[in-house]
Amino acid sequence: MAETVLELDDLTVRFRLRRGDLTAVDGVSFSIGRGETFGLVGESGSGKSVTARAIMRLIPDPPGEIPRGRILFEGGNVLEKSDAEMRALRGRRIAMVFQEPMSALNPVFTVCDQISDAMRTNLGLSKAEARERVVELLSLVGIPSPRKRVDSFVHEFSGGMRQRVMLAMALSCDPGFLIADEPTTALDVTIQATILELITAMIASRGMSLLFITHNLGVVAHSCDSIGVMYASHMVELGSKDEIFARPQHPYTVGLLNSIPRLDTQAKYLTPINGSVCSMMEPPPGCKFHPRCAHAMDVCRREIPRLREIAPGHFAACHLHGRE
Amino acid sequence: MGKGPSADTLLEVKGLAKHFTLHGDIFSKLAGEKTQVLKAVDGIDFHIRRGETLGLVGESGCGKSTTARLVTRLIEPTAGEVRLGDENLLAFSPARLKEMRKDVQLVFQDPYSSLNPRKTIMHILSRPMEIHGLAVTWADKRSKVLELLHRVGLGIEHIDRYPHEFSGGQRQRIAIARALSVDPELVIGDEPVSALDVSIQAQILNLFRDLQEEFGLTYLFIAHDLSVIRHISDRVAVMYVGKIVETGPAAALFERPLHPYTKALLLAVPEADPAKPPPKLTLKGEVSTPIDPPPGCRLCGRCPREIPICAEVAPPLADVGDGRMVACHNL
Repeated sequence: MAETVLELDDLTVRFRLRRGDLTAVDGVSFSIGRGETFGLVGESGSGKSVTARAIMRLIPDPPGEIPRGRILFEGGNVLEKSDAEMRALRGRRIAMVFQEPMSALNPVFTVCDQISDAMRTNLGLSKAEARERVVELLSLVGIPSPRKRVDSFVHEFSGGMRQRVMLAMALSCDPGFLIADEPTTALDVTIQATILELITAMIASRGMSLLFITHNLGVVAHSCDSIGVMYASHMVELGSKDEIFARPQHPYTVGLLNSIPRLDTQAKYLTPINGSVCSMMEPPPGCKFHPRCAHAMDVCRREIPRLREIAPGHFAACHLHGRE
Repeated sequence: MGKGPSADTLLEVKGLAKHFTLHGDIFSKLAGEKTQVLKAVDGIDFHIRRGETLGLVGESGCGKSTTARLVTRLIEPTAGEVRLGDENLLAFSPARLKEMRKDVQLVFQDPYSSLNPRKTIMHILSRPMEIHGLAVTWADKRSKVLELLHRVGLGIEHIDRYPHEFSGGQRQRIAIARALSVDPELVIGDEPVSALDVSIQAQILNLFRDLQEEFGLTYLFIAHDLSVIRHISDRVAVMYVGKIVETGPAAALFERPLHPYTKALLLAVPEADPAKPPPKLTLKGEVSTPIDPPPGCRLCGRCPREIPICAEVAPPLADVGDGRMVACHNL
């Protein structure tokens, strides 16, 4: 097992809203090794993006708070760092790519200005040096004629090209860890294919670790080593990609895989998961998935199942899989 | 399965086109720049038989939604013909057009913006019946709305609630119930499941399937997700920048795509199975522009099978047997 770069231990994120408290992430633990790509999967509202933002300490407080848990990045607890230490970490050692490049990038600065900003602050480059680096980065992420495009504004790029600009910015200070939050969700499938290829190549050539957040199981099947499945703020299943796709153990993961229409065969009906996601303001007691689960038992309505190792390196949080 | 349109054809589209003129600002006009034309839909032909589902698939900006709007006459075409049964829809008088609206219903992508937030479900579902004179008394409307709610899998206790009280999947059920309220023949779904999470998407796809069996509905189903199209469609039409490049029975088209664009599209889909080959792009460059496109094939400059004629002449959609049509010079 490679050296652990990031370790989340019992991370809990809560938002104090006027209507009451909302626990967006509840006791989530996982770790990512050096050079590993980890896919965090789940449907909208499951807490994947909040987890990513917590790692970057981007949860606004108030209303957000982290009552429990630790986020260990290269040994140090991110949650205990000062603002100055965080500034040194963000961009320099952990970088993030967001879903919607149009809203994550600044419309009133040129691409050169935005990308060089972090390099000039973090790496102390001069304006001219930074500009040269930006041209190199743009060509690295496959933007045609980078020397011409370097002074363009974001609106002058297409969606796929904007995502390349985001990636160039994330790579600018040569971080060892990348968080990609639904980086291809807003893109067409042909453009998605090129961006995925690019991310995979960049990660491999630089020996970076990647936390890949997505709702698309097809994307994780081809770009991740390990997978964590989240449902309604809990991590419900965790393991290697091959293990989870071959032997999914949590009824939610099984349901998710069965819900996907397939490209190679045509079934008359799909097998959906019944019902809809529980309210996060008033979650049901016990397992959050029990109202939709075909295997729900009495214990599921009372007790929150803990993540248990059911095969080497494969964890599931389900009462079906043995009780202590 | 027959090749062309026949007596049981419900909708037939011939040479349908929609061109938008882009008016530049006053400076570009003074500079004498030519007005540009965006060819959103540029001469497409297809037909749908009664009880059949035609899947229309393509990437953003290819003209799928414009096609839906043209077929329902929400916008007027630049050229072409749309036939519903044996009538030309484009020659309809306003009165006949209103009648037609009963037969052709739309379900939109985003159920958050397609339902009026100020109206109750009772109002939303009974108003179309009222307009078309299908229910007059309050009691009649009420019982029909309850029946609709039941049909789309919603509890009758929801009848007096407002759209904001529902989840995305439930709202899409309401939008489908509204389309069904006037007993239509053709239902056009414009990306009706793409805003939904995958577990909910499967529920709604099953609902579409059930309703088709029960009411003998005909579907024009528009989506960008190829596996959704594969699942729901009997026949598929693939669009690229305003043109249909390939049509055919779903199974054959997905198992043995013929057009280079269809092939590329299928290879780019990441399948939820690590044993499958990883997604890759076999086309060069970026999506071609629909603004003043050159005369040849729209895929020119990106296509791995390009030959000299491709840049000169746009390939027509030609019959290649087995109910399949392909627009390519170099098959």
